Amino acid sequence: MRESITIVGASLAGIRGAEALRRDGFDRPITLIGDERHEPYDRPPLSKQVLAGEKDPADIALLSPDRLEALDLDLRLGVRATRLDLAARRLHLDNGDEHGFDGLMVATGARPRTLPGTETMAGVFTLRTVDDALSLRAALDARPARVAVVGAGFIGAEVAATARRRGLDVTMIDPLPTPMGRVLGDEIGGVCAAVHREQGVDLRLGVGVDALRGGAGVQAVELSDGQVVEADVVVVGIGVIPNTAWLEGSGLTLDDGVVCDETCLAAPGVTAAGDVARWPNRRFGELMRVEHWDNAVEQGAVAARRLLDDDAEPFTPVPWFWSDQYDRKIQLAGRPWLQGRQRVITGSHEDRRFATIFERDGRIVGVFGMNRPRHVMQYRGLIAADATWDEALAFAEEQG
Amino acid sequence: MRVVVDYDLCESNAICMQIAPDIFEVRDDDFLYVLNETPGEDRRAAVEEAVQRCPKQAISIADD
Repeated sequence: MRESITIVGASLAGIRGAEALRRDGFDRPITLIGDERHEPYDRPPLSKQVLAGEKDPADIALLSPDRLEALDLDLRLGVRATRLDLAARRLHLDNGDEHGFDGLMVATGARPRTLPGTETMAGVFTLRTVDDALSLRAALDARPARVAVVGAGFIGAEVAATARRRGLDVTMIDPLPTPMGRVLGDEIGGVCAAVHREQGVDLRLGVGVDALRGGAGVQAVELSDGQVVEADVVVVGIGVIPNTAWLEGSGLTLDDGVVCDETCLAAPGVTAAGDVARWPNRRFGELMRVEHWDNAVEQGAVAARRLLDDDAEPFTPVPWFWSDQYDRKIQLAGRPWLQGRQRVITGSHEDRRFATIFERDGRIVGVFGMNRPRHVMQYRGLIAADATWDEALAFAEEQG
Repeated sequence: MRVVVDYDLCESNAICMQIAPDIFEVRDDDFLYVLNETPGEDRRAAVEEAVQRCPKQAISIADD
């Protein structure tokens, strides 16, 4: 049993880790350190209801005040960990304090990539934190004539959808031939593109961004094909970088995240969870770093419990995410293999309501759904059960 | 144990159905149906898992 557990990162993975420890009866001190000054909150609504003005920061708390109180945490908000001394088992904090720990869970998440040189240009936004969302919301409240979204991944797509719902002109730009085509393939990516266009987004695909034009404030986006997209607001959604800079030189292995073993252990008595953690997922035979809500929930609990359990099983989830865009709910589970077979098992692309399964080496490895949550979860279950492709097809047949 | 779903919050992500298909079902109409509102204690762990994993925090347990 550990004397105490310290969790660095007070977002979803960190909170769910602390909750798991308390549920299991761990009654010793838990310290939770987070660099945002806000009480822990849920991020998915930021690009949707918060940006739309339907929810405020008070509506998206991860825990009610009562439940937060009941966790009996030493909660240190607005404090950033700046260095880890593994040998001395101490953390250095940006307020000058040092904090000794016994067990440590790293859950410092990730930060958005930016377009170099545009960080201080007015009208240019990324979206990760509640402060980001409120800044962007205020900019949208001012009814900009044109909004440009750089990157058609799920953050970009959700922002585009919300801005369209607010009646704004939106141009979305992505270097790939279709939105999320690298993950979904261009056929399904093409359906996603069609949905955006049907909703009035001016979609520019297969072109990069050369530069943002403007002085103090942004005026336009210069594309790699020579076109210029005028914009008063630019939202950059081009992926995230795991927050590991503070761990440089600590002795932990850092390579696009904190590299862990199969049980989320990064060093003796140190685990990692959520967007920052990279671990070998035996089910798919690959080193994974998963930036999804559901993974933070599950891995947060697993990595926290791992600190108290030396016989832990390997962590082998079937990753899953959802994204709400316009009136479409997009969900993806597993790891689509674009070189393998694919089958639409329900609905049709034309209806914008369908589910597609993906094969690799004779097994079902992925399922994508657009407004088909039931099917995505059923086939996610088959992936988790290590079902063969033929079994998945037989199941589809049976379901009719 | 009574399973309570806040249908104003529920967005039919169907995570609960995967965890406890005997209790939760999202049907072809994309709505969630609770198949058993008062499952036995042997299903408490599964329902708690569903409570934890629901992206909308739409599920709760009432012990009344």
